Order: sequence, then structure tokens, then C-alpha cells
Amino acid sequence: MAFYILRRILQAIPVFFGATLLIYFMVFAMPGDPIAALFGDRTPNPALIEQLRAQYHLDQPFIVQYFYYITGIFRLDFGVSFSGQPVIETLGRTFPITLRLAVMAVAIAFVLAIVIGLFSALGKGGIFDNVMLVIALIFVALPIFVLAFLAQYFLAVQLGWFRPTVGAQNDWGDLWLPAIVLGFSVYATSMRLTRSSTIDTLNQDWVRTAYSKGLPRERVIPVHVLRNSLIPMITDLGTVFGVLMVGATVTEGIFNVPGVGNTLYQAIIRGENPTVVSFVTVFVVVYVFINIVVDLIYGLLDPRIRYVSS
Amino acid sequence: MKRNRIALASAALLVAGAMALAGCSSGSTPKPSGGSAGGDVDASAIISVNGSEPQNPLIPTNTNETGGGKILDAIFSGLIGYAADGSVFNDVAKEIKVDDPQHLTVTIREGLKFTNGEDVNADSFIKAWNYGALASNKQLSSYFFEDIEGFSYEKDSELTGLKKVDDHTFTIALNKPASDFAQRLGYSAYFPLPESAWKDLAAFGENPIGNGPYMLDGAGAWKHETGISLVKNPDYDGPRKPANGGLNIKFYASQDAAYADLTGDQLDVLDAIPDSAFATFESDLGDRAVNQPAAIFQSFTIPERLAHFSGDEGKLRRAALSMAINRDEITKVIFQGTRTPASDFTSPVIDGWSDSLKGADVLKFNEKKAKELWAEADKISPWSGSFQIAYNADGGHQAWVDATVNSIKNTLGIDASGAPYPTFKELRAKVTDRTIETAFRTGWQADYPGLYNFLGPLYATNAGSNDGDYSSPEFDKLLSEGISATDPKEANKLFQQAQEVLLQDLPATPLWYSNVVGGFGKKVSNVKFGWNSVPLYDEITKTK
Repeated sequence: MAFYILRRILQAIPVFFGATLLIYFMVFAMPGDPIAALFGDRTPNPALIEQLRAQYHLDQPFIVQYFYYITGIFRLDFGVSFSGQPVIETLGRTFPITLRLAVMAVAIAFVLAIVIGLFSALGKGGIFDNVMLVIALIFVALPIFVLAFLAQYFLAVQLGWFRPTVGAQNDWGDLWLPAIVLGFSVYATSMRLTRSSTIDTLNQDWVRTAYSKGLPRERVIPVHVLRNSLIPMITDLGTVFGVLMVGATVTEGIFNVPGVGNTLYQAIIRGENPTVVSFVTVFVVVYVFINIVVDLIYGLLDPRIRYVSS
Repeated sequence: MKRNRIALASAALLVAGAMALAGCSSGSTPKPSGGSAGGDVDASAIISVNGSEPQNPLIPTNTNETGGGKILDAIFSGLIGYAADGSVFNDVAKEIKVDDPQHLTVTIREGLKFTNGEDVNADSFIKAWNYGALASNKQLSSYFFEDIEGFSYEKDSELTGLKKVDDHTFTIALNKPASDFAQRLGYSAYFPLPESAWKDLAAFGENPIGNGPYMLDGAGAWKHETGISLVKNPDYDGPRKPANGGLNIKFYASQDAAYADLTGDQLDVLDAIPDSAFATFESDLGDRAVNQPAAIFQSFTIPERLAHFSGDEGKLRRAALSMAINRDEITKVIFQGTRTPASDFTSPVIDGWSDSLKGADVLKFNEKKAKELWAEADKISPWSGSFQIAYNADGGHQAWVDATVNSIKNTLGIDASGAPYPTFKELRAKVTDRTIETAFRTGWQADYPGLYNFLGPLYATNAGSNDGDYSSPEFDKLLSEGISATDPKEANKLFQQAQEVLLQDLPATPLWYSNVVGGFGKKVSNVKFGWNSVPLYDEITKTK
């Protein structure tokens, strides 16, 4: 087990370098001149442009720029933005907020998905199952920004149940509205997944055996059915987290959440390479980490899965 | 110019309707002192306003966008200030004497202090300006000092034109005539800095110490990505004494989010309306909506070097294209009345603006004349190819570019289309290195309320922002006569004549002036927008 974890972590190292190199190259290859754009419609003096380019190493070839960046990382220096803010500090401020948002969204989505998916499966073909199917289809069909605008307008502006935007107050309790929106954007798939995997499990021999042993339904469903139905859900979690990170960029913009997505978007528009690369790299690291955790959870849920090091 | 980070060169705001605005706000402020509860003006109330994360440290000479500019204008006072109508008043200055178009003498009021107790004196200005101008300091606003003797972009050199006479007097010598120099001095690049700033400028940029009507609410008041809180400076002694207790500037990454907060009563004053709400904001907000012309000029530029656009043929084609555009309809339909059709190269909020310049009918939609001129040009050399206007797709320009090229297509019967670039920086890079092979959108937001600022930097031969490489000896001559004339009336007359030359040549095709669109909440009144589209925050009052 320990060896397995170690191996997975070592595998993450080339992923990290590959990802930063690739991302750095893509940002480098983006057309346009971020320095000229700093001046808006005014054309700056060429001497001034040259000096600013040199300051951010933008006058160097790609591989030299990347070298500056990657050696900086080993000193925990992720570069500075045009505003002179160390990227690592910006990351430190924004990342916890996005993480809070993602955790809340996943919690909302999964609790709802598991409960509703389970009951849909148990009453397969019934009214509840069909109504929930229609609702799920609506959520799948709605793009997240439509959902976000509708929620913001009706729940916040019209009804006043929430504040329309998050801004400076961004603790757990302040993130309900964006978390609900984000949660619902991934809810439908997870719910349908729970439903179909529960139906599968219900038809398994061991469930029939459990019933014929005389075990009550209250014991069979949670212990024998639900637990076995959760495995595909856990796989889903890894993907959902990625979807949420991307979805967060849109949601954070609409609800003005000062998180990673919002900051990343601004940095892309401005062409601030160090910020973009560092932020995306963190996304990659998070993604890799979550997938390691997901693989470990498998073993806990299903004793048949064992980690062998070969 | 200050760049608007959210929508470069798009929505901004402004003044002329100060009358209409003042009218409605004074009407809604019938508050006798000690009136009924709920209607009382609370002089210590904090006003919440929209802003955006500054893109640079808060150092006046390195701030050229609205996010940081708005904060600096609140916490600093310059030699002069600008009223809502663009007229100037003395703030720190006791007197600014224009000795001749190249020499000024500035006298500073005595007894003024920065919020750390330091005196505001001649050195506060001279040192700050020298820092801003020094080539190796790479300040984004260094061009504000380029007219001062001793300035150089290439090497570090002192501004020899600045001479201290005594603690409260200094003289400015310019390297070329600039009779409107005094008028520029209210811009943030000219703000003074305290001696303590020089010990650690990076730390200063994070927690700036100013001499303005407001100050930071303690160290660390700037919460990155979320906002900055400012409180009234109790020692401020000047014409902008706040009628409220402070400002809570909330940063928004999108105008839509800010608008949602305004309509949800979470924001008091908003100085930009998102495109998505153009059609509805006036009915949403009623008399709390603001929509008035601003000091922003929008155009497209057809470089001289493009095929068919040089010499006499180019002149005819430019005029034909201009007359083929139905500006009235586009501003009404596409912009829902948030733009005003252009009648010159400046802005209605600037003293000297005119809607009756000789030759201004070239800016009026005239199908017949447009066709005639185009046919005449075809006789010189038959038209071939397609007419394109390049724009950046990240700035909300597509709708009007499409409408404009359609108007041209329908009128002249030629192939015309928009040429989108994904981002502003891509478009600017092509424009700056002169590799763009189509017409492109251009715009200008003034740095200070003067006609020259709309003309000199854009159309003078070899001027910094002369993106179309226009050159006209006649225009240059009138412009330099205007900038040498110390009588403002005389100067404006010359600038208008210079524009009449531009109307013949159309180095840029004027389209419309942006309006400032904004709104404010139910609890605040006396909201006026300054000439530069930023609300005059110090005058806003809020009820309990």
C-alpha cells in the first residue's frame, strides 16, 4: 500500500514538468503583445516597451523564459504579476476560496444525487423516478451560465434570499448560492449514475441471498446495495472535480467570487504568463492528487480491489 | 489615457448632463436638517462603489487604468482638480501662472499635509515627477512628463525644467510650447508623493499615503481581488471635502456582477452598465439611471498605406465610406442610445467641441453622395477586394462593427465585413507593428479635458498614437499655433480649424462618442459624474 502511494506520487513528478512545459508553451504561443496592451489605445514609446519586455524576460527565447520560470519554482518563487503581486500570494488568497466552493458544490451534488438516485432506483418506472428524470434532463440541458444568471436574478435580486455576489465576504456561509449552482451543474449525471448502478446491484445474487436470509430491507439497502453502488460514483468524483474547476471560472465570474477561476481569467486576458502557468499547474496537481485519493478510496469500499505493486 | 480593465475603451461615463443629474438629485434630496428618521443624511456613512483590482502598485505615475486611477484620485489631491463640467479649480495650488506657452510658475498653498504629517511642498512634486519620468523606472505614465525640459525615453536624465524657488514655489520649463499644460496638472501622474515613499516604494504602492479627501482605512486596507476601504481624511483642507464618511470600493471582474449588486441593493454607486442591461437599465433604475456623453471618442482608422486609400483616391473613398454609415440608426438600435453620433474629433463634454465645423456633413449619412464619391474614386483606380474593419472580440465590438460594415455594404454595394481578433492585445500588436492590412477600430479617452488631447497625440505627424501614420503640414501648423496660443478661446478656434483639415482627410473616421452609463442606489443622492466618467465621490450623500 505505502509503496503504491509512493509510486503514484513519483509518477506525478513528470506529469508536473510536462504540464508546466506544455502550458508555458501554449501561453507563450498566444499571439499578441501583453506589454503593448498595458497602454490601451495609446501607443507607447518603443524605448519604454523594450525596457518593460526585458523586465519580464519577454525579450528572451521560449526556452530561456521557461528556464527562468522553472528555476524560480524551486525557490518557491512563482513570479510576479504586472501589478507586482507575487503569484504565490495571489494563489494563497484565491485557492482556499475556490476549494471551499468546490467542496460545497460536490457535497451538495453528491448528497442529492445519492439520495434521489437511490429512491429512483427503488421505485424504478414510478412517478418519482420519472419526475426526477425530467428534472435531471432540465439541469443537464441548462448551460451553467444560464443557471447562474437565473439563480442570481430570482433568488438574490428578486427574492433577496442570498446576496447577488460574493466579493469580500467569502466564508463557507457566503458561498451557498454559487455552490448550489455549481452543484446542480454536475448533479444530474451523478444522480443517473447512482440510479443505474443501484438497479444493477439490486439484481445481484448477494442481494437476493441477503433477502432470503431474512435480513430486513433497512439493512440490505444501505449496507449491501448502497455501498456496492457507490464505486462508479467515486470514479465520477475525480472527473466532477475537474468539471467543477472549469465551471468555477464561469460561476466565479458571475457571482464575483475572488477565487482561482476569476483570477485566471483576468490573467489570460492580460497575458500574464507566470500567473496563468502557475494557476493551471495547480489545477493539474489538484487533479492528479484527487485521482490518487479516488483510487485509494476504491479499496476501502470494495475489499476485492487490492493494490499490488508489480 | 486611463484604460478600463473590464471593457477596454467601451462603456464609460460622463458629464454634460450635470444639469439634468443635479436636477434630479436635488429634487430627491428634500432633507431639512433633523428631518424624519430614514431621510437623514449621515455624514459618516460609507458609500459602496464599484471598482476593479488595480493592475499596478498604487503609485500615481505607474497607474494608467481606471481600477487604480479611481483609488488614487480619492486619496491624492493634485495641484488642480476638475469639476463635473471639465472646468478646473485650484486644489493644492494657490496659483499656477502661465508666464508664456513654455514657462509656468506654481505656488503651493502653505500648511497642507500628507496623512502621515509630512508637509506638502515643492519637493513633493519635483521628486515625484522626476521619479515618474526617469527612463529606468519604466513608469507607464511617463509620457506625461515628455514635454518637460530634460525628459528622455532613451536614457536616465533629470527633468531640468523643474526648478525649486522656495519651499512652496517651483517653476516648470517645457521643451516645446504647450499652453494647456496647466490644464493637465489634475491628472493622477502629477500627484505629489511624501518623502517617506522613497524609503520603500514597493511597500508604499501597497499602502499609499496621500494628501487627498480620503485615506486608506489603516495598513492592509487594500484586500487584493476583493476591494479597498477608504475613510475620510480628517485633515484634508481643500475644495473636495467629502460629504460622506468614506468609500468601500468593491472589486468586480464583470460589470454584470456589479449590476446585479446594484439592483440587489448591495452597491450604492455603479459607473458602468453591462451591455446585457443596455436595453433595460433605464427602466430598471428610473431616475437613478445615468446616461450622458463622456470624453470618449470612437472611430475606425484606414491607414494611408492600404491599397486604394492613398492620395486623392483615398480621400474620396474615406469620405464615401463615412457617408455610407448610418450613425443615428446604429447608436439607437445597437447601442440603445448609449452612444452619441460624432460631429467632430473630440467630445461634447470638452470646452471647444462643435457640431458645426466646416465639412462636418461628411459625418452625416448620405447615400447618394457616398455613391457618387465612390464612383469618382473608381475612375482613378477601380475598386477591388473587400473592405474590412478589424476589432478585438473581447471588447463587445462585434455588434457595431457588423452593423457598420452592413451599412457600407448596402450603400456602396461593395463587399465589406468585420475582421475579429480574439483579444485586445493581438489587435494592438498588429496595429503597433504596422502589419495590419485592413481598417481597424480606434478609440480615445482623454487624459484631461482639453481639445488638444484629442488631436495632438493622434494625428500630429509622428505622434505616439498616430496609428494610421497620418501626416498633414497644414494640420500640424494649425495644431502648433493652437498649442502656442495662451488665450484658450483663440487656441480652441485654431484647434477647430485644424479639425476642419481632418474632416477633409479623415485620418480616422469619427463614429460616435461613448456615453457614461451608470446608476445609483435608493439611499444615496447628489451623484454626479466627472468629466472623465468617474463619479465625484466626495459629493455623494447617503441617508441612514
